Amino acid sequence: MRTLWLVVRRFLFLILVIWSASTITFIIPRFSPRSAIRERFALLARNGGFSPGDLEKIITAMQTQFGLDKPLLQQYVDYMSGVLRLDFGYSLNKYPSTVIDLISQALPWTLGLLLVTTILSFLIGNLLGAIAAWPKAPQWLRAVATPFVLLTGVPPVLMGVLLLFFVGFRLKLLPLGGAYSIGVIPNWSWGFALDMAQHQILPALALIFGSVGGWVLSMRGMGITIQGEDYVNFAEHKGLDGVSIFRDYYLRNALLPQVTGFALALGTVVTSAIIIESIFFLPGIGTLLQDAIKSNDFPVIYGIVLFITITVATLMVAMEFVYPLIDPRIRKQ
Amino acid sequence: MATVVWTPAEVIQPSRPALLFRYIRRNKSLAIGLTVLLLLVAFTVIGFLAVDAKQAYPLAAPTKRPPSLQYLLGTDFFGRNLLAAMVVGMWQTAVIGVLAGGLGTFIGVVLGFVSAYFGGWIDSAVKSVCQILTPIPVLLIQVVVAGSLDKRDVTILTMAFIVVMLAWMGPTLVIRSQVLTMKERQFVSVAKLSGVSDLGIIFKEILPNLLPFIAAAFVGQVFAAVFASFYLAVLGLGPLREPLLGNIIWAAQTQGAFFNGWWWWPIEPAVAMILILGSLALVIMGLDELANPRVRRSE
Repeated sequence: MRTLWLVVRRFLFLILVIWSASTITFIIPRFSPRSAIRERFALLARNGGFSPGDLEKIITAMQTQFGLDKPLLQQYVDYMSGVLRLDFGYSLNKYPSTVIDLISQALPWTLGLLLVTTILSFLIGNLLGAIAAWPKAPQWLRAVATPFVLLTGVPPVLMGVLLLFFVGFRLKLLPLGGAYSIGVIPNWSWGFALDMAQHQILPALALIFGSVGGWVLSMRGMGITIQGEDYVNFAEHKGLDGVSIFRDYYLRNALLPQVTGFALALGTVVTSAIIIESIFFLPGIGTLLQDAIKSNDFPVIYGIVLFITITVATLMVAMEFVYPLIDPRIRKQ
Repeated sequence: MATVVWTPAEVIQPSRPALLFRYIRRNKSLAIGLTVLLLLVAFTVIGFLAVDAKQAYPLAAPTKRPPSLQYLLGTDFFGRNLLAAMVVGMWQTAVIGVLAGGLGTFIGVVLGFVSAYFGGWIDSAVKSVCQILTPIPVLLIQVVVAGSLDKRDVTILTMAFIVVMLAWMGPTLVIRSQVLTMKERQFVSVAKLSGVSDLGIIFKEILPNLLPFIAAAFVGQVFAAVFASFYLAVLGLGPLREPLLGNIIWAAQTQGAFFNGWWWWPIEPAVAMILILGSLALVIMGLDELANPRVRRSE
């Protein structure tokens, strides 16, 4: 019964988060002095698409089409019911496509990059951090973590620029950007897969280098506190070998708070991936967002923001239900 | 017969600056961080004296020159002297950081105090708002705000305000929890029993004890503000005319600087930004060590 109440409460919290995020993205543009439709068609008129006299008529017609002439409350209700169905309306720039279509086309790219880099940096960072705090680890192994710690303050984007310069521009080892080489037509062949993989290495490295340091630092801190615990001393006095103490007594316990940290870091991870994409000209949510910013495609901007917010918030709440699976102490309560 | 002479000079306590110097020598991250920060400040100050700030804007210099004796850091596609652009960009980054960081810390301290000290419904309101806003990726909301503004309205000042709008939750929660523990301490009860007013207790008893935490929160906020404004600028949402460091990288990437061989254009603002963020991160780590003896002992 108590568990059920806990689940319901977290679920209500999730709804509250999504509701506030969507309300913020609804209200802010309403205060804006800019009109997306007007800017869009004023640009078309300037380029000679139609006579400027028709501009006002077109704008009024479009505003009716997008429901902007209805009372504010009605607009809000329509908007919120759209959010519930993940329906963020139409793109202004690529009109017949809906925002959610554009997002689902871009999503696999971002998701692929994000999954691989997040998992790798979580594993590498935590292992290095645990080793750095473990007094019996070989000295050279403990020193491996140091360069990563030095990189902690450097955001992945800047890491990306440095990698582009040294590896891509100076050494000419890897391509300077894009998802695949210019002039190549996407197809299902090993050559194309290799070409695509080559284009993903630098952005992936940038993301990994940019986030490993944080995990190393927090894991080292955890490791230091756990070493002093009685059960670790007891395991040592029982004569257990170093590897199983490290793995079962020390690493497993130190990892628990890191999972919480993982949930908290999700937002940062997603935003860095988005910005990395725009630096490396990779297709994906980030490039979609940047194009939308450049062409004032507001429905797409707000759609992306809401989509990511909903995803991140849901994942964060979902992570809380994962803890009982990895920590038996919580399950008992 | 030799007599042992006791010289009082030997036991004189070292002076305050000497003690400070000794501590900083032990706390390496604080020392390195502060040194780099000071060097950056010196670069900006000397730069403003040596270079004409007007050169940081388009059409002030010949275009696309690699670094040379005349243009030490080269010039870009739009004819900006990048040395001048670095100087002005550093200054603008500092303005955004200090302004947004200071404002965010101030809001955090006020809300944290009010919430923890008076408790009740104010406390639960502040706490719930902070908790609800925390899972929302701040940068994305900032993207919405910055995107909704008229391009002419986006200036260094508005950047600072956009950044601070959603960045006060962290310090609020930190200060709130500190005040909560502090107000149960005995010296506060003694002050209360002696008839000191609420404001007196807040300003004379609790606030002085919180100064280290407020200082740490401030540096953290400056870091976060610099970081956030940099991301916004890299996405092309900054004040496009200004030579803000993120703007320069954005401009360089949209013009395909690496493809065209203009390597110095994106690399210089990137290195400058790494130095700024890196030194701030080191100072934060150093302050942590200062405030938290547990970390200190483990070193």
